[in-house]
Amino acid sequence: MPHDHHDHSHEGLSPSGHPYRADNDTDLSYWQVMEIALRELLIEKGHLSAAQIHAQINAMDSRSPANGARVVARAWVDPEFKAALLADAGEASRAMGFDIGPMHLIALENTDKVHNVVVCTLCSCYPRNLLGLPPDWYKSRAYRSRTVIEPRKVLSEFGLNLPEQMQVRVHDSTADMRYIVIPAQPEDSFGLCEEALAAWVTRDSMIGVGLPSAPQ
Amino acid sequence: MTEFFGKRWHDMGGDPAGPINPDEHDFALWEKRVDALMVLTSAAGLMTTDSLRRVLEDMGPDAYETMTYYERWIASVAQNMVEAGAVTTEELGAKMAEVRARGTTYGAAS
Amino acid sequence: MKVRVKSHWPPGHIRTPAYLRGKIGQIERRIGLFNNPEDSAYRQDGPQRELVRVRFNMADIWGARAERGEDVIEAEIYAHWLEPV
Repeated sequence: MPHDHHDHSHEGLSPSGHPYRADNDTDLSYWQVMEIALRELLIEKGHLSAAQIHAQINAMDSRSPANGARVVARAWVDPEFKAALLADAGEASRAMGFDIGPMHLIALENTDKVHNVVVCTLCSCYPRNLLGLPPDWYKSRAYRSRTVIEPRKVLSEFGLNLPEQMQVRVHDSTADMRYIVIPAQPEDSFGLCEEALAAWVTRDSMIGVGLPSAPQ
Repeated sequence: MTEFFGKRWHDMGGDPAGPINPDEHDFALWEKRVDALMVLTSAAGLMTTDSLRRVLEDMGPDAYETMTYYERWIASVAQNMVEAGAVTTEELGAKMAEVRARGTTYGAAS
Repeated sequence: MKVRVKSHWPPGHIRTPAYLRGKIGQIERRIGLFNNPEDSAYRQDGPQRELVRVRFNMADIWGARAERGEDVIEAEIYAHWLEPV
């Protein structure tokens, strides 16, 4: 499972810290042939350049849950920023220096009374321009089908059991908005500085299937 | 008439389903390239997120069960590029044959 | 403001989930004008449409099957899919 890396080098590893799949040595699939062919044709015809493709891959690689974690950590320590985030999460993220492109972002605040969770039942909409690419399970039939009808059961399968008196709000990302959950700050983390707090914020807590926790 | 008079396969909210498989994979270079092609061709006005999704939906449930996420995406982007007139199927066929002739691994064919 | 999602079933690329069609909810916020995916999916130009976030009680969507009736779903629904109640 992905986790925050803070104390070892990423040399030879992908930006998320995991080994690249040994793609270059595996048998070429029909779809990989199509990818290579389409990319080269579009470049030959001047619709795209290799440099643009390279830059876009790098841009997506630079987007990861660590970015969202910094946004959440700032919201925890800075009430003015939190208010701005809840009013317009896209603008607040841009103001922190994140290039999220044209993405429309809504921040959803967890409290002691409300727990938010995000799903896209129709496909796989995800705040990728802030958090990077979504995990496979988020795009799965089971998650997409079940989260809107039995969110508490789904959350318990992720290890999160919510009290009956809390309200669960399931957000179905059906159109142009994208969502980030602002988890409630754990009591054990009170008093830590913003930089230290970012390490507590997991990707799953920003989707709503987990809670923030002390870094391993 | 049944309550869901024409519900499409991809419209899954509330359907019965089994346990959620928590496994994840890091994205391969070719998958990142597919993702980039979608973003860049959309920015160039050759397709939209909506036309990407429409083609994915029209592939039907079998494609969802048997193809990976980015396999479906490259199929959709390719169809979108043909619809946009950016490439023809003839050109794609010829280029794909040329790519295949380079070798049997992704590295060799790139 | 109370609204009902239309129980229409056109073919094509529709971003109104089936499980919400015919259901009654409350407008949570109006978001503004966006390209209509129903048109854009087919490279058709059309007027932009108003997008609205609507909140639904689980009890109103799933009835007795709801885990907890006062839990809610919030979804973005295009205004042309909503009718007054």
